[in-house]
Amino acid sequence: MPSSVPQSPAVQVRSVTRDFGSGDAVARALRGVDLDIPHGELLMLVGPSGCGKTTLVSIIAGTLQPSGGEVQVFGEDLVAMSPPARVRFRRTNVGFIFQSFNLLPALTAVENAAVPLIIAGWSRARALPAAAALLDRLGLGSRLTNLPSELSGGQQQRVAIARALVHEPRLLICDEPTSALDAENGRITMELISGIAVQPDRVVIVVTHDQRVYPYADRIATMEDGQIVSIEARRRGEIGAPSHHK
Amino acid sequence: MLWIAWKMLIGNRAKYLGIVFGVAFAALLIAQQSSIFCGLMALTVSQILDVEGAGVWAMDPKVKYVDDVKPMADTHLYRVRGVAGVDWAVRLYKGIARARLEGGSYEQVILLGLDDATFIGAPLNMIEGSIDDLRSPDAVIMDVVGYRKLWPDEPFQRGRVIEMNDRRAVIVGLAKVRKTFQSFPVVYTRYSQAVRFAPPERKVLSFVLAEPAPGISPAELARRISAQTGLQALSRDDFLAKTIRYYLLNTGIPINFGITVGLGFLVGTAIAGQTFYLFIVENLRQFGALKAMGTGNGTILLMVLAQALHVGLVGLGVGVGLAALFGWATRSFSKLSFYMPWQVLLITGVAVFLIVLLASLLSIRRVFVVDPAIVFRG
Ligand SMILES: Nc1ncnc2c1ncn2[C@@H]1O[C@H](COP(=O)(O)OP(=O)(O)O)[C@@H](O)[C@H]1O
Ligand SMILES: [Mg+2]
Repeated sequence: MPSSVPQSPAVQVRSVTRDFGSGDAVARALRGVDLDIPHGELLMLVGPSGCGKTTLVSIIAGTLQPSGGEVQVFGEDLVAMSPPARVRFRRTNVGFIFQSFNLLPALTAVENAAVPLIIAGWSRARALPAAAALLDRLGLGSRLTNLPSELSGGQQQRVAIARALVHEPRLLICDEPTSALDAENGRITMELISGIAVQPDRVVIVVTHDQRVYPYADRIATMEDGQIVSIEARRRGEIGAPSHHK
Repeated sequence: MLWIAWKMLIGNRAKYLGIVFGVAFAALLIAQQSSIFCGLMALTVSQILDVEGAGVWAMDPKVKYVDDVKPMADTHLYRVRGVAGVDWAVRLYKGIARARLEGGSYEQVILLGLDDATFIGAPLNMIEGSIDDLRSPDAVIMDVVGYRKLWPDEPFQRGRVIEMNDRRAVIVGLAKVRKTFQSFPVVYTRYSQAVRFAPPERKVLSFVLAEPAPGISPAELARRISAQTGLQALSRDDFLAKTIRYYLLNTGIPINFGITVGLGFLVGTAIAGQTFYLFIVENLRQFGALKAMGTGNGTILLMVLAQALHVGLVGLGVGVGLAALFGWATRSFSKLSFYMPWQVLLITGVAVFLIVLLASLLSIRRVFVVDPAIVFRG
């Protein structure tokens, strides 16, 4: 890794717990999670459904508060942060890619991709060309003015990737980005995420239970019942990387 | 962000039209009913409005509204003329007479007797003949709507004779006048003639119309006349207000219309509020996504308010437009009278504003508490 990358981990999670509900009905979604993620890493979070993957990334992204423990992202204490500060933190530092795309149906592809810039206060005149340039890089240059309903699932997910990256966040959270897609579109999506999104100063977390995408990971953390039970290091693209024909 | 809010709003055409329809319906109901109410109120004062040129009306102290005539002795005219600051003062007779038509049937008419010399209070808009024709013996001028009511489908016959109090009255002209509350035909004649057409009474003077000398306000002159003569003297504006106040306080009109307008408000709030609420709830995921991406609650509030304001303005325009169209379309055949002054627009606007404000406040809570993590759920 280049020596310019800072040494302390970009993401530090310590003894994080999260309960939903209370009393007899309490659900312990996270039971004490410790996790460090260095800059520049693509970490995959895998495990059976309901084991707490989404809960963990929501906490790291600052959209959910833990019940206990500490979370530091890029040196900022997400737990102690005031709610408005957490909103600002997300605005500048976090990009999201969801399983269900979550594009705004009334906005065109380029307008959807520009939303984080608009939220950051850019004018449309500046934001739309920036979003258009990125969509072009993602191969959607000809679909800029299409509504999400006029795009295929794979195209919608590429719009979502553009939206997640357009404001150049340092943290990219992808929750099951391929599970609503067929194999080919899933492969394209992961190629784009690992090829364009991964940067030396950025952390990419991909939640998945799609074994075919494991080869794109730097490390794979396996969760079970609210805890991380193993972390496996890989060199990205090493084992069983899909061949690039077709 | 407001641009995104706007796109979200009109993005779902059916929902958008539904909300606008709700608001427009409420606005239509409120504007239309208020306009008919204003029309009715305007009817009650139409006979004051039709008398132009006199700033002050002097009358018996017990008169409560313009149709509540209490005859006075003719000498009061001279007492009013004696008040300092009176430029001129003339008599006006106003009463109800029974007119006997050629066929022998009887019709009630509103009889107005104008000062013989000046014709103060004469109709300004003559359709047939001229006001000077009143100088010929037994001459009367009838309002054109009344004439058509008495003789439907017949052209104007100059010289047509009716009888009032067993005296011949010759119709020499037609005038256009404001609709009256009693909706009887209006008949103009000279004061000296009117007292003979009227049922015999000891006192006949209804009103003294006075105009202040230059530099004196009507209100000031009214005060002076009241103080000096013991009559009730009112500026034209005060007489209008007094008459309207009488109808407001002593008839069921305001309550009836108040109920309808209130219902319009409730129905509008219910429809618009509910459709707007549904719109917000259906878009919670989108708001959640925006919140996850770093949109603060303040901005979210602004977006929802802007959406509400947008449907409010469009709905207001459509509703008031439809109400005006209704008034225009029914102008000729309606027994109702329709009058939409700017106050109606103001009231409707305020009501619509309240409706959409309520609707957005009901929904905004849902957006505030929406967990941005909602976007991770499948
Ligand atoms: N908002 C919530 N309310 C109640 N329980 C929840 C909520 N979110 C998650 N859970 C529970 O927490 C556990 C972990 O959920 P989640 O993090 O979504 O798992 P995964 O993403 O691994 O499928 C599950 O048992 C789930 O039912
Ligand atoms: Mg999940």
